[in-house]
Order: sequence, then structure tokens, then C-alpha cells
Amino acid sequence: MSSPERVRVRVNGTPYERPAEPRLLLSDFIRHELCLTGTHVGCEHGVCGACTVLLDGEPVRSCLLFAVQADGREITTVEGLALASDTLNPLQAAFRECHGLQCGFCTPGILMTMTALLRDQPDPDESTVREALSGHLCRCTGYQHIVQAVLLAAEQMGAR
Amino acid sequence: MTRIIGARVPRNEDARLLTGRAQFVDDVELNGMLHVAFRRSEYAHARLTGVDVSAARAREGVVAVYTASDLGDYWRPGPLLVPPPPIPGLVFHQATQVPLARDKVRHVGEPIAMVVATSRYLAEDAVEDIVVDAEPLEAVVDLERALAPDAPVIHEAIGSNLAAHAVQRKGDYDAARARAALVISRRFLYDRGASAAIETRGVVAHWDAHAEQLTIWDTTQAPIPIRNGLAAMLGLLESQVRVVAPFIGGGFGPKIMMFYPEEVLLPWAAIRLGRPLKWIEDRLESFTATTQERGQVHEAELAVDAEGRILGVRDRFVHDTGAYDPYGLTIPINSQCTLLGPYRVPAYESEFRVAFTNKTLVTPVRGAGRQHGVFVMERLLDLAARRLGIDRVEIRRRNYLRADEFPYNHGILFQDSAPLVYDSGDYLPALEEAARIVDYDRFVREVQPRLRAEGRRVGLGIVSYVEGTGIGPYEGARVTVEPSGKVRLATGVGTQGQGHFTSFAQVVAEVLGVAVGDVHVITGDTSVFSWGTGTFASRGAVVAGSACHAAAHAVRAKAIALAADVLKVDQSCLEVANGRVAVAEDPGRGIALGELARLANPLRGAVRPGTEPGLEATAYFGPERGSTASGVHAMEVEVDPETAMVRITRYVVVHDCGRLINPLIVEGQIQGGVAHGIGNAFYEQLKYDESGQLLNASFMDYLLPTASEVPPVEISHVETLSPLNPLGVKGVGEAGCIPTGAAFAQAVEDALGDSGLEILEIPLSPTRLYELLQGRGLSP
Repeated sequence: MSSPERVRVRVNGTPYERPAEPRLLLSDFIRHELCLTGTHVGCEHGVCGACTVLLDGEPVRSCLLFAVQADGREITTVEGLALASDTLNPLQAAFRECHGLQCGFCTPGILMTMTALLRDQPDPDESTVREALSGHLCRCTGYQHIVQAVLLAAEQMGAR
Repeated sequence: MTRIIGARVPRNEDARLLTGRAQFVDDVELNGMLHVAFRRSEYAHARLTGVDVSAARAREGVVAVYTASDLGDYWRPGPLLVPPPPIPGLVFHQATQVPLARDKVRHVGEPIAMVVATSRYLAEDAVEDIVVDAEPLEAVVDLERALAPDAPVIHEAIGSNLAAHAVQRKGDYDAARARAALVISRRFLYDRGASAAIETRGVVAHWDAHAEQLTIWDTTQAPIPIRNGLAAMLGLLESQVRVVAPFIGGGFGPKIMMFYPEEVLLPWAAIRLGRPLKWIEDRLESFTATTQERGQVHEAELAVDAEGRILGVRDRFVHDTGAYDPYGLTIPINSQCTLLGPYRVPAYESEFRVAFTNKTLVTPVRGAGRQHGVFVMERLLDLAARRLGIDRVEIRRRNYLRADEFPYNHGILFQDSAPLVYDSGDYLPALEEAARIVDYDRFVREVQPRLRAEGRRVGLGIVSYVEGTGIGPYEGARVTVEPSGKVRLATGVGTQGQGHFTSFAQVVAEVLGVAVGDVHVITGDTSVFSWGTGTFASRGAVVAGSACHAAAHAVRAKAIALAADVLKVDQSCLEVANGRVAVAEDPGRGIALGELARLANPLRGAVRPGTEPGLEATAYFGPERGSTASGVHAMEVEVDPETAMVRITRYVVVHDCGRLINPLIVEGQIQGGVAHGIGNAFYEQLKYDESGQLLNASFMDYLLPTASEVPPVEISHVETLSPLNPLGVKGVGEAGCIPTGAAFAQAVEDALGDSGLEILEIPLSPTRLYELLQGRGLSP
């Protein structure tokens, strides 16, 4: 067992400093050290996408990174999407409106990827959304309502 | 008043899930919590000669290591969850799973030792320290070979690998066959897949020694039976055990078991150690330790007259139950019963044998054996239609039960031990509607010939199914109006994403005239509601929904009676709407439900003898038998002749689940089911080698369909109300994935035109389809 390193990160705007063993996964660090359990773990081998967070604004699979690799960097998780804890941002609201989630376990990761997509491509077509979504596994929805939700969110965010 | 039942209401639970606040089992953090990892068998079949845990126990951070011998009297095989129905002549041999393997291991992934440590990382380190001595035995992998007289025996006490044998028949099949114009006989294969919920299983157990209270958070679809069973095993009162199934990240069947070893072991060890314990399954464990489904081999034949009318069906099949059979015969009986479909089958002879194999246990996975029956029957009809020169749609039309034939008794027993009686249905309109949406006639006459002339291989599949849903025994619900006017609804069936927080709330909101958002649903916590069985067999809306309906009506009656007293009017002139009870003719004269709730719970003064406090009622509902949902799926595909890749270009579902409570939720269930079915049909297959090793135990190797593979599903609803419950609803959770394989096979076969290729197996894959094409000399 290696000795712990200090890891300093900003998560959803809040600075944290915690000891972390070199082998500690970023996903476990976020969930169990920082107690931000909205980020979920589905496979721990980088396929399902449930653990996706934004690292310096880019979607990454937090199960494929060590916590120490995030030292000094900025992380956004699902808890950081809405302005207040009892509100939904336009993307989240569109997911509710379109029934884009069922069990909701894969949803936080999908929200993070789609947040980055809509930032980079505010007006995506369906195939662009499907391609971005294809990096995530969802067993409940069959994806169609998720695609509709992202397109609706794009429309509503563009209209504002 | 606008109807709330039937409205496309967004879900009450979504805000919590979308902001990361919903609690799943792995989100439970407790002071002093320890973490568990399991040493599992690397062999499919072996005799255990020694398990040395001394090095693991000595590792820093390890608190305890347990093997079977440490469990003492607590070591015992699990219960038989579903006793077989009373089929005459039935043979059933029970062999249920054990908490930790002793003497022998029977599948890869079977737990041998349990490690408790201060972190999961350390627990997994210690798992590697454990030395297992085992003598490998020949593994039984192929399910037909399992029943050969010289096959190695998995359960010595039984003496062979035959777990069960059953025959159900009606009419005289031999006589039907003798007068048939055509008999189609084929062998059909269906292989295993994983349920692959994105949340794996998990258990957290906490023993509070001061309160003498055990709390278990469990990813189970059946918290109440788990509580009752654990209380009995641990010698506790049922009231001392609380099982919470919080938000569950997908169930699909395998999250209902009695018991998984981990569910038995964590509570026991938490009491012994006096510390909270957590175990979360990792994905590799999930591929070998969470139950699976779908291995069957059918030898089936269909006898028809010259017009394609069914005279009889004979089916003999073998069902793979894996290493143990705790779930009884639910799956093969579902296969047996569902084969009959929407058709009039005068003579039916169905015989199955169930085989033990050295593979992960088999219990129901979404569809639960129904797929197999639909696949066999639909394929037989397709082949008969082709031989007789009858159109595919027409042969189905000729054999459908008519709307005036319900209730229709098929004369055999269903999985719930009740006779297989269809409550209601009307199949032809769904078929016509599906054919209309895909423009079947034009496709066959114009589109396909034109594209084929261009060298493109496009095909269409259109198939029917019925699905027994909403079986008993019963569920319950308690409805309470709070003084704030908000309504609490408690029920025992947990949710794995089906929208119970909303559809149940809709039922109550409609009866009590309140907003859906003001009905707060609590499910899956035995401390809140402790009677019921669980979420399975597409039964939540039917059985628990009906209980919610009854409880809400009882509360409504109480509110009206009290309001009549308060307002000094006759009950018959009152109505309940907008959160108030008011005089229908004079809506200004009324009283809020919340105020009635306050008045119904006086702090001082006398009440009339027999008065119950509060605006609260509990009700139970148990249907006499299941309700029968049905539908038609149509699919268009294009096959790339060079790669054998199949692209699904269109998917249509016409579905009848009785009255729709929430069309948005129903459509979500269907789309998700279709995606699951597409995975089963073309992408997902658990590949075992001859030694029983699973070769594709990761999401890199086991392919779940993604947004690139799953097409949009066009859905149309037919509503044939069920007479068996007050809401008229039928189940919907499994429907989407049941006929998908049959539709896919027909469509691919159709795309390959007059090649003569017959698709008699599911799952296909691009590779397997390529092999089949090469076999026919069709590929480049």
C-alpha cells in the first residue's frame, strides 16, 4: 500500500483537499471521499459512461482516472448542474419533460456528456446527439426519449 | 374534471434523479462502515479440498474472513422461491444455492469466502491472499449434453442433472397431425444473455445493538419477502428487520432472488461484528454471480390444414436452469403457455425437461421464458405460410382468437398455478393497425421488389404475442391525507425505474381530486409498508395500482362522510375536487381535505364509538388470475450482403395493455423493452467455453445496444380493458422485448428473399448470420 497524496480539486466551484492513495479511482474519490454520490459507477472499465464528469470542462470517465490525476483541476458533477438544489436546469427539465430517464442510474453521466455537447454544438441534429449518446449505456429507455430531451433542451436554450 | 389517469404526466421522481439527490444502495454511508469482497470460484465444476484464509486474515486492515465452515448452523441452502404448479405427473428436484460453497463449486463466480476489511480496496487485496485447493471436474455446459446418461452429475444427491420434467396437453395432437395438410417440424435454439442493469447488485447491512434493530439496504425487487426470510433465518422478529430498497438502478428480474448469498451473509456478519457492512458487486462479478436467462432448445412441430388453420402444436424442449433451481419452473411454464399466443390451438402437447448445468443460475429476466414460446410459434407459422403460399399477415389473421371468445380458457396451467385463461383481448385491430402503419401491402408489392432489383436486401417482419401479466398473489397500499392537504401513499412494491412514484400517484390523485405532485409515494421500505411480494411479472400497475385505487376510494368515502357531518348536508350531494370536499351545486360551500384530516384526528373531546382517526385507509388487491396483454411488432431491416450487418430501419409496436395510466411511462417501457429485445436478438450472447468459463464478461466484449443501434420505435395503443381489476389495466414492463427476436428473424429471412435460409436461432450476431449465409452460398 502506498502512502496517501494530498489531492486538491475544485468541484462544482467548491475547493476540497483530501488525502488519496495513488490507486484510488477518481470515481471513488468523488463518491466516497467528497460524498458527492450523484456520480454513479456502472462498470469500472470505461464503457458504460455512468461515471462521466467534466474535468476542466471536458467529459471524462471518472472510473478510468486516479484521483491524483485530478489534482489542481476543476471538476463538475451532476450536483453542479442546477443553480439551486430544488431547481432543474433546461437540460434536466427537458429530460423530465420527455421522460428521458427511467431508473435514472445512467442519467447523471449522460447529462454531463450532453452538457458539454450543447456547449460546443448548441444546435445539434439527431445523429450528432445519437453519436454522443452512443458512449453511454442505458438499459431502461431505449434512448429515444433521451435523444428527444437533448434536442428539446437545445431548442429551448437557443430560444432564450 | 380532467382525467389524471391516462394523462402524460411527467414523473414525480425525476427531480431527485436528475440532480443526483436520489439515494441508491451504494450511496449509503454509515459511521464505522466496513467493506466486503468475495473470493469466488474460478472453476465451473470442482471439488473443494481446502480453503486457506490465514494470509488474508493476517493482512492489515482485514477485520474478518469467513468460509462455509465459519457459518455453523447458519449455513443452509436457500428456500424454493416459487413452488411448481400442480401439473399431473410433474417431476421436480430441488437444489437451491448455498451462502458459501462447501465441498463443491458448481459455477464460475460461486462465492467461497467472504472478506471484511476497512476498505473495498483492501478487501480485494485480501481476496487474492486466499488459497483455494480444488480438484476440477468435467463441466456440464451444453444443456442437452447435461441430460446424457454419462454426463457428470452436478448434484450427487439427485443422481442426474434432470431438475424437472413436465407435460401439459390438451386435445389429441396425434389425431390433429394425422389429418393435417402440412406439418412443419424444426429445432429452435435460444441462448443466454445478461440482464445488465447498469447498477449492479449491492447490500448494506447495519445492526443497531442498542435498538436491537437490523437495517438492510438492498438492490432487491422484493424487499418484504427478503425481510421476512432474513428475520426467520436470523431468529429476529420481522419488526426487528427493516429492508429498504431505495432507488434501484434497473432490475429486469435478476434483482429478485431468495436469496443471493450476499443478502444472507452481510446481515449475519454485521450482527457478529457490530459494524455496518457494505458490498457492491463489480461488473465482473455481475457477469457470473447475478442470475441470467434464456438457454432453451425446442423440437417443435405445427400441424395445419390446407388453409393454414392450426390443428395442433407439439413442442418438446429442454430448459437450462444453471447450477441451481431456486425459482422453480416459472420460466419453462411461461415458455409453454406463451407459445399458444393469440391463436386458437385445438391440440397442444408440450413437454419440457429442465437441466442443471455448471453455469450461473437462471431466474427470470424481462420476458421470463415468454420470448422462447413466441419465437417458436411465430417461426412455425412463418414457415407454414411460406410452404402454403399464404401471406404472413393472413395466416395470423386466420388463427386469431375472436374478440367474442373471451374469457378464453386454454386448458393448461400457468406459472401462478391458475388455469391459463385470457381475460380479454382483441387481436385483429392491432394487426391491421401495425400493417397499416408499415404499409405492409405496399412494402410487399412495390418497395421490396424495387429495392431488391437494385441489389438491396430489405425485409419486413410482423409478429404477434400475448403476455400473461399482473399475477397475484396480492399487494397493498395505505393512503393518508395529511393536515397540509398533501397525500402520503405507501406501498410494498419497490421501483427500478418503472415510474411508481407517478403512476400510483395518478391513481390516487384522480380519486381524491388532488394534484399528482401532491401525492408523495413511498415504496420499497418495509418499515413503512410491510405486506406484499414485489415487483415482477409486469404486475406493479395491475396489482399494486389496484390496491392504491381501493385505498384512495376508502379515504374518499371517509372524507365525504366527515364533510357531510361538518357541513350538515347529505353525503350524496358532495363531490371531491381540487383538494376539497364541496357541495356539487354550491362549490363555495366546502371544506379542504387537509382540514378534514385535522378534524379527523381530534386532540380532546369524545368521538363516536368505532371512529377511526385520520383520513387514512389501507387496502389490498389480489386478482383471481393474471390479465393478458398483447400486441404486434413490425420491423423493417436492411441486410448488408457483404458484412451480414443488419440495420433496423423501422420499428412499429401496436400494444394493448388495457387502460393506460400514463402513456408517457408506457411508451418508455415499450421502447426500453424493444431495445433489450434488439440486444437479445442480434448483439448479446453470453459465450461459455467447454470448461464453463464465460468468455465475454465485460461491457467491451458483451455488447449492449447503444443509441446507434436502437431505432426510434413508433407506438400505437389499443385499449382492451381487463375485467379483472377496477382500473382495467394490464402489465407492460416486459412486453417490448418479448416478440423482438421473432420479428427480427422473420425480417432478416424476408430480406434474404428466396434464398431458402431459415433463421431458427436467437441470438443471431453479424458473425453468426455471416456463417449462415456462407452455408447457403449466399455471401461473397
